Amino acid sequence: MLTINNLKASVEDKEILKGINLEVKKGEVHAIMGPNGSGKSTLAAVLAGRSDYEVTDGTVDYLGQNLLEMAPEDRAKEGIFLAFQYPVEIPGVNTATFLRTSLNEIREHRGLEPLNGADFLKLMKSKMEIIDIDKSLISRSLNEGFSGGEKKKAEIFQMAMLEPTLAILDETDSGLDIDALKVVAAGVNRMKTDDNAVIVITHYQRLLDYIIPDFVHIIYDGQIIKTGGKELAITLEEKGYDWITNEHAALSNA
Amino acid sequence: MNGQNEILKEVTQQDYKYGFVSKFDSDKAPVGLNEGIIRLISSKKKEPKWMLDIRLKAFKHWLTLVDKEPNWAHIKYPKINFQDIIYYSAPKKKKKLKSLDEVDPEMLKTFEKLGISIDEQKKLTGVAVDIVIDSVSVKTTFKETLAKLGIIFCSFSEAVHEHPELVKKYMGSVVPYTDNFYAALNSAVFTDGSFCYIPKGVRCPMELSTYFRINEANTGQFERTLLIAEEGSYVSYLEGCTAPMRDENQLHAAVVELIAYKDAEIRYSTVQNWYPGDKNGKGGIFNFVTKRGICKGERSKISWTQVETGSAITWKYPSVILKGDYSVGEFYSIALTNNYQQADTGTKMIHIGKNTTSTIISKGVSAGKSNNSYRGLVRISKSATNARNFSQCDSLLLSDECGAHTFPYIEINNKSAIVEHEATTSKVGEDQIFYCNQRGLSTEQAISMIVNGYCKEVLKKLPMEFAVEAQKLLSLSLEGSVG
Repeated sequence: MLTINNLKASVEDKEILKGINLEVKKGEVHAIMGPNGSGKSTLAAVLAGRSDYEVTDGTVDYLGQNLLEMAPEDRAKEGIFLAFQYPVEIPGVNTATFLRTSLNEIREHRGLEPLNGADFLKLMKSKMEIIDIDKSLISRSLNEGFSGGEKKKAEIFQMAMLEPTLAILDETDSGLDIDALKVVAAGVNRMKTDDNAVIVITHYQRLLDYIIPDFVHIIYDGQIIKTGGKELAITLEEKGYDWITNEHAALSNA
Repeated sequence: MNGQNEILKEVTQQDYKYGFVSKFDSDKAPVGLNEGIIRLISSKKKEPKWMLDIRLKAFKHWLTLVDKEPNWAHIKYPKINFQDIIYYSAPKKKKKLKSLDEVDPEMLKTFEKLGISIDEQKKLTGVAVDIVIDSVSVKTTFKETLAKLGIIFCSFSEAVHEHPELVKKYMGSVVPYTDNFYAALNSAVFTDGSFCYIPKGVRCPMELSTYFRINEANTGQFERTLLIAEEGSYVSYLEGCTAPMRDENQLHAAVVELIAYKDAEIRYSTVQNWYPGDKNGKGGIFNFVTKRGICKGERSKISWTQVETGSAITWKYPSVILKGDYSVGEFYSIALTNNYQQADTGTKMIHIGKNTTSTIISKGVSAGKSNNSYRGLVRISKSATNARNFSQCDSLLLSDECGAHTFPYIEINNKSAIVEHEATTSKVGEDQIFYCNQRGLSTEQAISMIVNGYCKEVLKKLPMEFAVEAQKLLSLSLEGSVG
């Protein structure tokens, strides 16, 4: 589904991604972990098409298309969803209206009829049950005045509504208490099928207790320096990032 | 931010979609302004002598003001040559019109292009439409329904003939011809407009609406509107405007007067979309308007709502004189400027009666190289015990080259007054646009959505069907405006 090859990206001439290689197949859950400033969120932003980052080298193939040449909205329409680490507030824009516009744009791209009001409400209702989101949030302005936890839940709710092919969760667990974390994870697990994939970016292992990854990648200084199964996350949690970074440094110096 | 600005520019610099000229035969006066022209206008309209006298008095006064045009507004434009304007132009009527079928198909097409279907309006929304094309009222609908309730809704010219006692009593009572340069000019040369009278205790059952349209090249349009709401009555009035594309600047100087008696309420909503000029600031309408209402009686209420997206220059301050005790004045405004457009708009709330309250919500959106100013006066007179005002003036910037300015004036002569003023300035964020992009929305859609959200507080004050139109208009105007 997604093949990242030697991806390099910089912001304001500072290189952040220094050659990322990653392959994500249908039905897989990948976790990307790493210390602060290692390039985790940059990778998410580059995949979603944020223009602040300049891709200097490498290729990204998504479903046979050159992802890097696609506009951010086209990536979204092709099924890429980014759950933002810091979702922005858009005052005066009703969450439901926003979602309906978004959903219908994506549906149109897929050659589907736009959903009418009644069908849209029905769909919202069914997804709200999965995410356990407060109804009042949907009728408020997009993210405006939402608590940190509410914003994250709202992101996952949007994800459930838009049914992406590739979902990227950028530190969705940060700022969540354990109950909210469970709800968010349950939402992700419920929408998981054999045809889609999830990239979970996280600093901590605890989210991975609830969203079980097929692969765990450790990113450090703009590169993936170690890949393993779920157990890698546990080892990391026990030994801390120093363990892996020291090991990496030792290898580099050798 | 450069990337974003590029995108914004691209998205906002589209051509004016309403730029077309309809082909009507028209009946025009020669270029220029003198007593002869005023007599010609008056005779063309078969006016009684008293009306001509008012015009001539106003003209005489205007002559004393020549070269004393108001210059305090934050706008720049080449000096207007008032002798270079045609002051009267009327579409030639082939015959009296009884139904829409008889309306010139060209005119109907024009309305279609604007997305205003009279038929649809009539059937679906119950709006009575009094269309003013250039200067003569062409068609009035729903008159009979209104007549049953004693409501008078007709063209100003008609009112001069049919209801001279009302016109004599109220015309100039809120905006006298001595008020300002453009009010004097309007009083001398006005060609037509709307007249509305709501009798005591009557609640007008439908939104009254007039679509104004400037149609003849080089024709100044001088509208005159007079609206009277007797004790305990209610009326909601809609005024919507679009104009075809022109290279020459066209002058528009309207006067609107509202009178609300005890317990009466007037809601006056405007959507203004005249030709703003091209991307380089060439052409466009000069819009110098005097709009004022008086809350004469106790507990009367006047509410102005405006969505101003058009005109090269907008100079407009819909105001309320709060004379009756417990009377209420409101001003809700969205002013959107793009490319080289300039807007200097706001309101005056003059508190005279006791326990009077006023609310001002102003949303300015500037794009391109435009300049957008809010100018507002809140005056609490000595007599206005316990007066209250709340003002909120927000500016949203869509480019690095535009300007947003706020000029609030507050005069308080009574210590019991409570006056609050809030102001914010913000820029559409790259983060917001990217967030929308990531959800499948194009940058154009994103900006339109963000701006509409920003203006929501004001949009929701508009009658439903108008709000939808206004939202479309904001998006349309932004398609060529953010840079």
